[in-house]
Amino acid sequence: MTPTPSQTIGPFFGFALPFSDDAAAAPSGSPDTLRIEGQVLDGAGDPVPDALLEISENDQFARCRTDAEGAFHFIVRKPNEAFFSMTVFARGLLRHLNTRMYLPDAEDPVLSSVDPKRRHTLVAQREGGTLHFDVRLQGPDETVFFAID
Amino acid sequence: MASELEFEPPYLFPDYRATELRAPRHPLVKLPPEWFHQARGPVFGRIPVQAEDADLTRQHSGAPLGERIVITGRVTDSDGRAVRNTLVEIWQANAAGRYVDPVDDHPAPLDPNFTGAGRCLTDKEGVYRFITVKPGAYPWRNHANAWRPAHVHFSLFGPSLASRLVTQMYFTGDPLIPHDPILNSIPDERGRSLLTARFDLDTTIPEWALGYRWDIVLRGGGATPMEEG
Ligand SMILES: [Fe+2]
Repeated sequence: MTPTPSQTIGPFFGFALPFSDDAAAAPSGSPDTLRIEGQVLDGAGDPVPDALLEISENDQFARCRTDAEGAFHFIVRKPNEAFFSMTVFARGLLRHLNTRMYLPDAEDPVLSSVDPKRRHTLVAQREGGTLHFDVRLQGPDETVFFAID
Repeated sequence: MASELEFEPPYLFPDYRATELRAPRHPLVKLPPEWFHQARGPVFGRIPVQAEDADLTRQHSGAPLGERIVITGRVTDSDGRAVRNTLVEIWQANAAGRYVDPVDDHPAPLDPNFTGAGRCLTDKEGVYRFITVKPGAYPWRNHANAWRPAHVHFSLFGPSLASRLVTQMYFTGDPLIPHDPILNSIPDERGRSLLTARFDLDTTIPEWALGYRWDIVLRGGGATPMEEG
């Protein structure tokens, strides 16, 4: 059977999809938590203020809508795997995008199979006590996105 | 048989202007095909869902204005097997074509008795069911005199990362459909027809609400039933 086609999430999901503590996959303040911060940017380098990101890893799941600066954050437990799966929805994305957010210094076969010039787009950077990870939909540092089939 | 991609919209579709700066320009990087289908889907259990979330007409003290409707259908995987106990989220404009969302500045009235957001879990047969009002069309400035056909936004999880779906449901026969770049970004007419609900007299509740049926197929086969909550 043909899968039901995708359509954009549009601009008006903000009253419906966020939920209480949605960006916290782990209670903040508990030991071993990481704070991840970043921005979603378009091909002109401008913030994308109407994106929705979801990350998941084992039993962790979190959702965050970007703000007027295109900024998002997540609070997570240190993952068992080297990465979080990330799904990107936005106005202007007719289909969502799949990527991975690797921890700094992480290594795995998928990451090493990616073009070395683009590999850095999948790896979060340490900035003080937080991790920084931007999602660039287009442009010179376009994030690597993965095909489903 | 058209390739499956002709039933999906491309990322870049210039008639929908917002795609121009947001569509990735690199081809998607292929992973071994089993990877997405084996990767367990997000554990969405933290998203609160209560029985009353499925009736959008009873979330306030009074009844919303508009044409009361039932939307129901079956969620299956590509093999036709029921996807049980999965989360379905919907959101929509009110009968006047206005969203509660503060981003929406269309000068149509808000309805104090309608929010337009609902959630439910599919049952043992993969069936979901919402009661709501028919959303109105609304203008959107993509091009001169641009109006979106009436639609309800849907979000579903399913069992794997591959099955995640965000889409929109339309109403068969809507005169705005041929003019809508978002729906018409899907190249093949058969793909577009998969997004239109059909009126169904058997779903219609006498003296109460018109019934629409819309079945949903999530990507991936061999759906393993989720643990019963
Ligand atoms: Fe909409």
